[in-house]
Amino acid sequence: MNEPAANPHVPRPLLEARGISKSFPGVRALDDVQITVHPGRLNALLGENGAGKSTLMNILAGVFPPDAGEILLAGQPVRFKNPRAAQQAGIAIIFQELNLVPGLTIAENIFLGREPRTASGLLDAARMNREAAALLAEVELDADPRTPVGQLRVGAQQVVEIARALSLQARVIIMDEPTSAITRHEVAVLFRLIRQLKARGAGVIYITHKLDELKEIADDLTVFRDGRFIAARTFAGTSREEMVRLMVGRDLTDLFPKTSTPGTAERLRVQRLSLRHPGRPGDFLVRDVSFSVHAGEVLGLFGLMGAGRTELLQAIFGLHPRHATGEVWLDGRAVSPGSPRAAIAAGLALAPEDRQREGLVLSHSVAENATLACLAKICRYGLLQPAREQELVGGYVERLRIRTPTLRQAVRNLSGGNQQKVVLAKWLATEPRVLLLDEPTRGIDINAKKEIYTLVDELARAGLSVVMVSSELPEILAMSDRILVMATGGLTAEFGRGAATEEAIMQAALPAGKN
Amino acid sequence: MNRQSLTVQLRRFQSLLALVLMVAALSAASPNFLTVDNTLNVLRQISINLCLSLGMTLVILSGGIDLSVGSVLALAGAVAAGLLKNGLALPSLNLLIQVTVPGAIVVGLGVGMVLGWANGVAVTRFKLPPFVATLGMLSIARGLTMLWTGGFPVTGLGDDFGWLGTGHWLGIPVPVWISVALVGACLLLTRRTPFGRHLYAVGGNERAATLSGLAVNRIKIMVYLLGGALAAVAGLLVTARLDSATPNAGLGYELDSIAAVVIGGTSLAGGRGSILGTVLGCLIIGVLNNGLFLLNVSPFWQQVVKGAVILVAVAADKAGSRRDH
Ligand SMILES: Nc1ncnc2c1ncn2[C@@H]1O[C@H](COP(=O)(O)OP(=O)(O)OP(=O)(O)O)[C@@H](O)[C@H]1O
Ligand SMILES: [Mg+2]
Repeated sequence: MNEPAANPHVPRPLLEARGISKSFPGVRALDDVQITVHPGRLNALLGENGAGKSTLMNILAGVFPPDAGEILLAGQPVRFKNPRAAQQAGIAIIFQELNLVPGLTIAENIFLGREPRTASGLLDAARMNREAAALLAEVELDADPRTPVGQLRVGAQQVVEIARALSLQARVIIMDEPTSAITRHEVAVLFRLIRQLKARGAGVIYITHKLDELKEIADDLTVFRDGRFIAARTFAGTSREEMVRLMVGRDLTDLFPKTSTPGTAERLRVQRLSLRHPGRPGDFLVRDVSFSVHAGEVLGLFGLMGAGRTELLQAIFGLHPRHATGEVWLDGRAVSPGSPRAAIAAGLALAPEDRQREGLVLSHSVAENATLACLAKICRYGLLQPAREQELVGGYVERLRIRTPTLRQAVRNLSGGNQQKVVLAKWLATEPRVLLLDEPTRGIDINAKKEIYTLVDELARAGLSVVMVSSELPEILAMSDRILVMATGGLTAEFGRGAATEEAIMQAALPAGKN
Repeated sequence: MNRQSLTVQLRRFQSLLALVLMVAALSAASPNFLTVDNTLNVLRQISINLCLSLGMTLVILSGGIDLSVGSVLALAGAVAAGLLKNGLALPSLNLLIQVTVPGAIVVGLGVGMVLGWANGVAVTRFKLPPFVATLGMLSIARGLTMLWTGGFPVTGLGDDFGWLGTGHWLGIPVPVWISVALVGACLLLTRRTPFGRHLYAVGGNERAATLSGLAVNRIKIMVYLLGGALAAVAGLLVTARLDSATPNAGLGYELDSIAAVVIGGTSLAGGRGSILGTVLGCLIIGVLNNGLFLLNVSPFWQQVVKGAVILVAVAADKAGSRRDH
């Protein structure tokens, strides 16, 4: 791993962290780890959920100090008191979880803390908006810099974060799962920008669970496991199997276990469901969608970002009482429209796309989150029974292999992937008849993905119906009994298992008129 | 790691530690402080603020705030007192209904619940920010109190009613018994009932609570209703204690109760905090008031000191939670 440094033709590392350790109450997040970033190269940091990747990035970006270890920036030891100090030293970070102020505009967010000023010291809004517009053009985000960030979809917010990091002109840029929520086009733009950064001589640390991305951008690899440093390699010399083995600690075969077959009984029927755009009269987010799901069937729902998949699931789940029309039937009975409460009572469950904003109460414990939708189950004589709660949640923690020191740990302190598993646990605990999953493997490591696929398969075999929205074609193709494709709010195609190809699905997913 | 978990432990007992230190210092400074009489006196004095603060804790946990508690206290007390003293006159029917003590109590509580319910409806149905909705109610209820009493105190309510405020049972003042029972009920409510979990969840992340199938609006209305009911209890206790309902009763009490909740470590953003913290907060404020009084500190300085204690308590809490972030 010292290979590049020993080579006299490679310049001295931009950033080097050595012997870094960090503990949180009850958790040793990092134990003597290291990472090296060279100018003009991208180092991909790999590891399972909870391996300590984000923790190290937070340390490098000055969010909190390490318990031990040293950081060298261009050979000089540094110690950052706060994120601002790291920023001034030339380290920019795109955090794993969005870090924008929703009420401020795009431009105000990009220049937060370093707003351009006029000669008299007042805020130079015109210049700020102009510069922001230029940055947005560079990242190809079609939005007015004066739009409040809260009005943007998650993916667009992520692009704003990218624009902000770019505007810092940093020497080292850290990207913690930047592609987990953005469109293919936005990914392509990001990769172009990364190449420009590298050409400029900047170093990049890039965290992802999508190994397929790496071939376009990666130069080096660093792998952590359980808070420990495992290996540093060059990307070119490492096979995909080897990456997985280094991350997981063993060979991982058969990522997609698919054994279930659908039953014949119709479980869920959605009839002529439409959802009006709340802001634009005459426009629809979901347009006249009808389909049904059988008992034990896994229905894949594919579409590009903005196709209306999330809105469709939300409408089925009763989240848009005022704007949705159409009917939802479960086991031959109409689900009374208009509230998630009724939907849950009927046997529906929705694991939402945005776990932090919609799925979890971050300040509450793993146990409290997992039982929130099924409190009646752990009650006796109207009182909560802690013992029952422990038992119920403990079971799911074990089954989903949620990594947490105790059930009382606040979910805020779990790694991203483990938070996602808590959301799943919460909905499985309601013992639903139909499970609606919106991007269930977003931000989840390869091993946990396999666990989730196995679980979905197991549940389907036991008769649960699953509707799975995903932007990842391989998982849709491998896990679904049937695939529906959406574009601009309507269904455009249906494929049986085996009849679908990536090309055909992509073709159907492109908005009409653009293909 | 051991050191860290120790600081976490310590932080939990921070306010308890502060209270113990205060009690130790005051008993050293004044021989009259740590006597049975004075202790019961302090407990009785804080029972009013405790009732208000229990309701305030529930409201704040759910992500709201209730500025109207002082006025609700006044109106509930005045209505009960008025009915007790004058009965309910219905001139059109040429009828005068005499009201008994239990009757007056029930109507007083009812007044608190209705006003609390109205707060809840304003916050949920009409989507007013809680600060604004309850600020409006603060003024409305105070005005109604003035109208009901004509601006004059209602006095001479009888011994039966007075027992609520001045009586003793097993040597302990009745208001203390009542507030202890209410603390127990609120503890049970927040810790062991689904409703308690719901209100924490609504305060912690309303969107996630909605998606989890909670009846968010119903929960909020219920929380404000309980806040109103507890304010009414405080109103009845004050009225009984003074044997008089004054139109200015409870003026500014909302500030003391918010202070108690905040000193007790409950987050004003909602979703985090505890009933026991609030009990500690009330004790700290009560002991402070009493101690400064015994030490002959001027009431003007008392205010300054109280404000400083609030700031120190919250700053210490913030510093602690920043550390493990
Ligand atoms: N503030 C905190 N308090 C307590 N534990 C924490 C805190 N932050 C992180 N942890 C723990 O430290 C470990 C490493 O977490 P980290 O977020 O660095 O993982 P990660 O590698 O980024 O995972 P993911 O791929 O899921 O994002 C986890 O076990 C996590 O629960
Ligand atoms: Mg992470």
